Amino acid sequence: MEPKNNRSKFMIDAKNLTTRKLNEKVRKAVRDGNKQIAIHNVMGQRYIAAGIQGLIEIDITGIPGNDLGVFMDGPKVVVHGNGQDVIGNTMNAGEIIIHGDVGDITGMSARGGKIYIQGNAGYRTGVHLKEYHGLRPIIVIGGTAQDFLGEYMAGGLILMLGLNLSDGIHNADYVGTGMHGGTIILRGDVRGMGREVEVHQLDQEDNRLVEQAVLEYSKHFGCRADEVLGSKFKKLIPISTRPYGNLYSY
Amino acid sequence: MLKSHRLPEFNVYIDTDTCTVCKACVIQCTFDVFSYEKVGNMIEIEESKCVDCHRCMIFCPEKSISIIPNPVQYRANASWNKEIIHNIMKQAESGGILLTAMGCDKPNFNYFDKLLLNASQVTNPSIDPIREPMELRTYLGSKSDMFTIAENDKDPIIETSESPHLLLETPIMFSAMSLGSVNINVQESLAIAAVSNGIYQNIGEGGLHPKLKQYANHIIVQVASGRYGVHKEYLDAGAAVEIKIGQGAKPGIGGHLPGEKITEEISETRRIPAGTDAISPAPQHDIYSIEDLSQLVHAIKETTEYSKPVIVKIAAVHNSAAIASGIVRSGADIIAIDGMRGSTGAAPLVMRDNVGIPIEMAIASVDTRLNKEGVRNKISIIAGGGIRSSSDVFKIIALGADACYISTAALIAMGCTVCQKCHTGKCPWGLTTMNPAISIRINPKMASKRVSNLIRGWTLEIKDMLGGMGINSIESLRGNRHQLRGIGLSDHEMEILGVRPAGS
Repeated sequence: MEPKNNRSKFMIDAKNLTTRKLNEKVRKAVRDGNKQIAIHNVMGQRYIAAGIQGLIEIDITGIPGNDLGVFMDGPKVVVHGNGQDVIGNTMNAGEIIIHGDVGDITGMSARGGKIYIQGNAGYRTGVHLKEYHGLRPIIVIGGTAQDFLGEYMAGGLILMLGLNLSDGIHNADYVGTGMHGGTIILRGDVRGMGREVEVHQLDQEDNRLVEQAVLEYSKHFGCRADEVLGSKFKKLIPISTRPYGNLYSY
Repeated sequence: MLKSHRLPEFNVYIDTDTCTVCKACVIQCTFDVFSYEKVGNMIEIEESKCVDCHRCMIFCPEKSISIIPNPVQYRANASWNKEIIHNIMKQAESGGILLTAMGCDKPNFNYFDKLLLNASQVTNPSIDPIREPMELRTYLGSKSDMFTIAENDKDPIIETSESPHLLLETPIMFSAMSLGSVNINVQESLAIAAVSNGIYQNIGEGGLHPKLKQYANHIIVQVASGRYGVHKEYLDAGAAVEIKIGQGAKPGIGGHLPGEKITEEISETRRIPAGTDAISPAPQHDIYSIEDLSQLVHAIKETTEYSKPVIVKIAAVHNSAAIASGIVRSGADIIAIDGMRGSTGAAPLVMRDNVGIPIEMAIASVDTRLNKEGVRNKISIIAGGGIRSSSDVFKIIALGADACYISTAALIAMGCTVCQKCHTGKCPWGLTTMNPAISIRINPKMASKRVSNLIRGWTLEIKDMLGGMGINSIESLRGNRHQLRGIGLSDHEMEILGVRPAGS
């Protein structure tokens, strides 16, 4: 018998399930009132937690496919394994915690929620991240990321810790290209930046955010928080909130 | 600021014999052409600001105002005409990309006017649509290859599960116009007209205004590259979801709504802070291939639990047919194709007038290709971009579309005079402005009546044309190119359109 009590987890075995079948099961479990769902044997099924709303906890063992948490609005998703592309696509609220590495365009167009990545991220992480009123998305990358980190960023915060770097230099180039809002905070240097951003010192509020995020990272994955917080950070912010302001002839 | 070398485009005259100096023109003109001079109790005219929108002429109680194109021409030159010279002067003064609005205004991209319709004579009698039923009802969505029917004791049961469809009472819909490109009064007018005509309004990439929620069953919501205002409730609200890849007026480029246009109202629906630029990147960054498109189609289907059709909108470009073939494979239910004469709230002139292909060519080639591949039933086709009349609707359906999108025609019904100044945000007719003092010029109750009248008129005309052909259902017209003949077209053009020359 599958447990249905709210205090215990509702179990789903994803083995041999198609994407559609698996997501039907997840949605049904949520509709039935389950607050904690555990999915195991996940192997590439896409769109897990797509558009799911409310304070639901989804625990995933295996490797979820693309668009994990797309349009999600509230749940906490923990992945025990690597993630693939477009995690948290256009997410409104919630938390995604990845015990591993992730693919490209993580957090694309998200306007709220948190994404914690233990390891590395691919290209275009946080592309077109936004913010709105009380919503401010945050992406924390424990390792490093590839080019175009924070491209077109219009809001939110990306924190990249570089915990696995030996020389403190992230391979990423064109960081913050087209950025016109939000903040990128880096531990270490990047290979190159977009021409729309400039480097600043962290202020008190930034330090508070970094401390909060590192402590949370440490809670999820374990790291020497005090050691990390003791190192030097720098902040990238856009030169202008209107990078395309002076283009047209009316 | 450099001194402008351009002469005024229009001359504005006030007949002082009839003018009562009531100042209606001062109030009506949003481009500040008129001002009241206390000294002499007269109206001053600054004609270089005139855009020829006719608002003042219509609202002058004495009909004292006249506007005529400035008769002063440059030396006659087929190459260096007035428009070319003015554009160069404008750019020399500003150094920017020339911005414009509405659809391409050049004469040489129109095929509708070179296609003629057939009618029944003697054989196959024509039908009188006033006395006989004419079926214009159209279902948009994927149709199954076959049905499996199970028999039981009483009634047969259809076992095939049909994809979700949009039901249209007439094959005309309102094309995407976002809150920001037009104001809420315009959107509400179209929504009311959509509901009363049993059709749909597309609200573009600008979020769903709370006032529109009551009409949501007749609203198509859009997911574009900026993902503004896109969230779970938004996707659930609409009757269908459209993924916007491209727009006929500006294929291949994104766009941005400048910060000064992001008012509190816009901020709320787009879910971005007021005063910031809203940038829609050129590509959708999660779509670099047909496989990626399929991924977003299914992300939307999963999120809406397969309850509504997904539309993919592309601009009509050279390889539309191959792209459409890919879109069928992506799992989308409907493809919308926007031709190069399609309208816009703002686009670079160079894109609007040079990029893309006419909708007639695109629809004909897409329909041909999908038929050849035996997949035409898997997807419905919506044609947009330059549909001006019921005969355009009729011809595009005969070329292979299921239904069409209109927007300029609907705006004209509400007052637009196609002055092509939408991008300035000053629309004197209250359509493409966010200024609440001007947007109240559109009263949704009255404006929706005008739009409804237009749809009714076109619907009656479509029935007339169908009846004349001896056809009683729009389904029998779809892709029925035997009913079309070309005139003044090359063999090659007719081959692509799939029509024979007139007289043959």
